[in-house]
Amino acid sequence: MVEQEGIRRYVAHFILWIGIAIVAFPVYIAIVASTQDNALIANGQMSLLPGGHFFEVYYQTIFVGTSGATREPVGNMMLNSLVMALAIAIGKIAISIISAYAIVYFRFPFRMAIFWIIFITLMLPVEVRIYPTYKIVADLHMLDSYAGLALPLIASATATLLFRQFFMTVPDELLEASRIDGAGPLRFFWDTLLPLSRTNMAALFVILFILGWNQYLWPLLITTRDDMQTIQVGIRKMITTTDALTEWPIVMATAVLAMLPPVFVVVAMQKLFVRGLVETEK
Amino acid sequence: MQKQAIFQSKLLPYALVAPQLAVVLIFFYWPALQAAVQSFLLQDAFGLSTSFVWFDNYIELFKDPAYFEAIVRTFFFSFAIAVSSLSVALLLAVMADKPLRGSTLYRTLLIWPYAVAPPVVGVLWIFMLHPSLGVISRYLRGAGIDWNPLLDGNQAATLIILAAAWKQISYNFLFFLAGLQAIPKSVFEAAAIDGARPMRRFWTVTFPLLSPTIFFLLVVNIVYAFFDTFGIIDTMTRGGPGTSTVTLVYKVYSDGLLGGNLGSSAAQSVILMILVIVLTGIQFRFVERKVTY
Repeated sequence: MVEQEGIRRYVAHFILWIGIAIVAFPVYIAIVASTQDNALIANGQMSLLPGGHFFEVYYQTIFVGTSGATREPVGNMMLNSLVMALAIAIGKIAISIISAYAIVYFRFPFRMAIFWIIFITLMLPVEVRIYPTYKIVADLHMLDSYAGLALPLIASATATLLFRQFFMTVPDELLEASRIDGAGPLRFFWDTLLPLSRTNMAALFVILFILGWNQYLWPLLITTRDDMQTIQVGIRKMITTTDALTEWPIVMATAVLAMLPPVFVVVAMQKLFVRGLVETEK
Repeated sequence: MQKQAIFQSKLLPYALVAPQLAVVLIFFYWPALQAAVQSFLLQDAFGLSTSFVWFDNYIELFKDPAYFEAIVRTFFFSFAIAVSSLSVALLLAVMADKPLRGSTLYRTLLIWPYAVAPPVVGVLWIFMLHPSLGVISRYLRGAGIDWNPLLDGNQAATLIILAAAWKQISYNFLFFLAGLQAIPKSVFEAAAIDGARPMRRFWTVTFPLLSPTIFFLLVVNIVYAFFDTFGIIDTMTRGGPGTSTVTLVYKVYSDGLLGGNLGSSAAQSVILMILVIVLTGIQFRFVERKVTY
């Protein structure tokens, strides 16, 4: 029998709470700082308790932006991030599921070659090909556009592999049954396969949305116009100026706003999140 | 493995793979190929003529002490981030694996930092440890430490390792917890009956059974430290002070920004690609082992 004395449990609870405190502390500080007066923070006099400027700071952050010359409301940045994240997530799922369908349910010349061409892209993250990709996006006149933000990040070998793996487990009888019902390939895909893939798609969507929302290097390179900035890029530009000019409450409010959507997704859809994470890493 | 029941169609499958194939060819293979070709070329100062120079760009790169330092630094960062984050996560996972009241709440409270973007992580940590206004810096100065990561390279590196490890705890925790839960409880009970104390049980039973997960996470963490630390570094130190926090990815980015040597920048990209291919290869081997063990 595994001994379960009280002491050991208390130690476990204690260590877990310390872990939670370490994990939460930086975020707590950010939330607290976003409700305080900038002068106080700049003096190094920041209080560890929330201040009274919550509404004015968040109002200014979302609707106005910093006081600098090239101000941009963070609300608009969030909109850009949202469009990019949705485009990446939905785009990846859409193009991957149909290509996986073709690779599993059809025999055609170059089938395996195409599979490998897609598979190898697993090894080419955007970081290793940034400038050549930048040049192509520039040549296609897609700088400062949603297409330019999303398209180069949209091809995903992981999603294709995942759907391929799932389709292989779908019993052949389903296809034969729907063929007897007179269904063609598109009908079978739409009426049978898509409904079966729903959970997989949802789990993948959760992960891809978070990854899309958190993109940084690529948007940093290809957005030059302030109104096309994503929130991750915008927050960096807020601390570009010398320390004395940085409006920390606004920076921290932006950090909180940048965390909110993906953290909400993780907490609210925890089951799907864990499933998606484990499956995409396989 | 192949499906027995399939459809017959000449054109439809090509139409279905076309969108992904187009994106992959235009945005992956074409730029990768260009980088590869570019890395063998040398452009003159005015961009008027280019000549084929074989491996000169690579040789120049490896002769450059700054590049060599960036390689060493990147591996050091990766190792430090992986080890510190993995050990904290393992400790927490072992605790959370016990039959405790509120264990689902613990899990929720520990996994959400996965969703925090690297640049935001950088902003959060530089704010806490900012030399003049950071909340923690106050106490560090109070303890007599001359804390200024904006001037001291070693402190800047420490800060980046801490912040990057912090973000990765939740990911590692999740996979460790899954790994622990996959170990049958009867194994622990057998060890307990044999009289092994908890610490001994951990090192002789849990740790070896968890080793596939540990190897897998080690590789994932190294890849993470290679690429995803870019956002952390860029918001915290911009590679500075000096070049004390410039990693390989950061170097590709900042050298390219200066717009200087195209061939050298392309050669750097190619070297990174090769590194990723090696790491991915290792990852696949370990994943296979995970399945068969």
